[in-house]
Amino acid sequence: MDIPKEVDVLVVGMGPGGSGAAKKAAELGLSVLGVEKRAEIGAPKRCGEAVSRHGMIERIGIEPKGPWLIQEVHGAVVYSPDGRHVRIDYDGPEGWIVERKLFDKHLAALAARTGARIMAKTEAKNFRRVEGGIKATLESEGITHDVKARIVIAADGVESKVARELGVNTTARLIDICAGAQFEMANVKPNENMIEFFFGNGIAPGGYCWIFPKGEGMVNVGIGVRRPWAKKPAIEYLKEFVRSRPELRDGSILEVNSGGVPVGGFLKDNVDDNLMIVGDAAHQVNPIHGGGIPEAYMAGRIAAEVAAEAVKANDFSKKFLKRYDEIWMKQRGNRLKKILKLREVMESMSDDDLNWLINYLQGQDLVDISRSSGFTRFAKILMKRPKLIKLARKLI
Amino acid sequence: MIRTDKSKCLRCAGCVGVCPKSALTLTEHGIVCNENCNDCGICINFCPVGAIKPKER
Repeated sequence: MDIPKEVDVLVVGMGPGGSGAAKKAAELGLSVLGVEKRAEIGAPKRCGEAVSRHGMIERIGIEPKGPWLIQEVHGAVVYSPDGRHVRIDYDGPEGWIVERKLFDKHLAALAARTGARIMAKTEAKNFRRVEGGIKATLESEGITHDVKARIVIAADGVESKVARELGVNTTARLIDICAGAQFEMANVKPNENMIEFFFGNGIAPGGYCWIFPKGEGMVNVGIGVRRPWAKKPAIEYLKEFVRSRPELRDGSILEVNSGGVPVGGFLKDNVDDNLMIVGDAAHQVNPIHGGGIPEAYMAGRIAAEVAAEAVKANDFSKKFLKRYDEIWMKQRGNRLKKILKLREVMESMSDDDLNWLINYLQGQDLVDISRSSGFTRFAKILMKRPKLIKLARKLI
Repeated sequence: MIRTDKSKCLRCAGCVGVCPKSALTLTEHGIVCNENCNDCGICINFCPVGAIKPKER
């Protein structure tokens, strides 16, 4: 098949953000080329692989069915630094663990089936502005090929090279990026159907550890930590965590991954002339749990919708594309900004405060609390501890 | 300038995202650092697996 020389939309990076954009753009009748520089879409994964019910149904908008869906999540257990825990049980699946390597490919396949042309092991380089668009050089198996796009959707993840090459500064500040490490382990005894979170400044400074069940005695166990709280590499904390857990200690590690998760520091502009930035590249991640799959997919879809409007209006200026930013901010960004505030409150809490909080939450209706959309309720809980009153006020 | 320990680097490219000088690139051969590097050390502090060390000039 010939590689097109000109397209309406060039999508760079075929993670969930890129696939969300490519599918929607193709659906709206645009010519779409999506490229992924890695040899395999979805690998290596850099995450915990959990997607909430809301994220799957509302933001990604697909039916939770297929070989990529490997475990239902019926609740969560949250551990305080001193080992106390609270358990939240939902009536049915409140989320799923997906096999990222299959899931990301599934999303890319949906885009391809809709009419987008997708190419793995194809790197887009040397982005330059030309009359009527942006030109990039594709490198694929020794062949170089120039392509001109009216719009580039940069979905190239935390690296975010495309935006920076085109003059948009997307560099994540060290305090706004989680250093993550993750093992896939076998022969362990996880809490089936439950995802587990472990907090503590000694365990995971500036972040948390997780254990997510993957069925058949397998888990995805991982950590996110941040400087300046963390004093050593994330993987060192993770190894210590695994050694400390009786259910993990004797397991075998089948896979090791690492990654950077931009958890905050949303960009002022996710657009420029002929350019829109989505997903991790635009720091569109839930700042408290670091989940970004549904965020990226949804942002990609919005970007594609604006791209279609731009093609119709034949206007690819930053001013026109700014619409994408506005819609995203309204539908998602404002909410994520609030969540960022909650995280800032939580990271100011000492281990003693966290122990107190988990202790207090034992015996509360956690399903109800977890589903309440405002933070007033949470703030009121913190206010029961005099030294946290000042902190709690930040949430109201 | 930095060097990466290939026995530790998992090619996640998180360092690329934090580099304020856009000096790092993930290539087929791992992370490559160019002359824009000003030795700020941010990538070293960030690296989740401790694979980045300063390179002696």
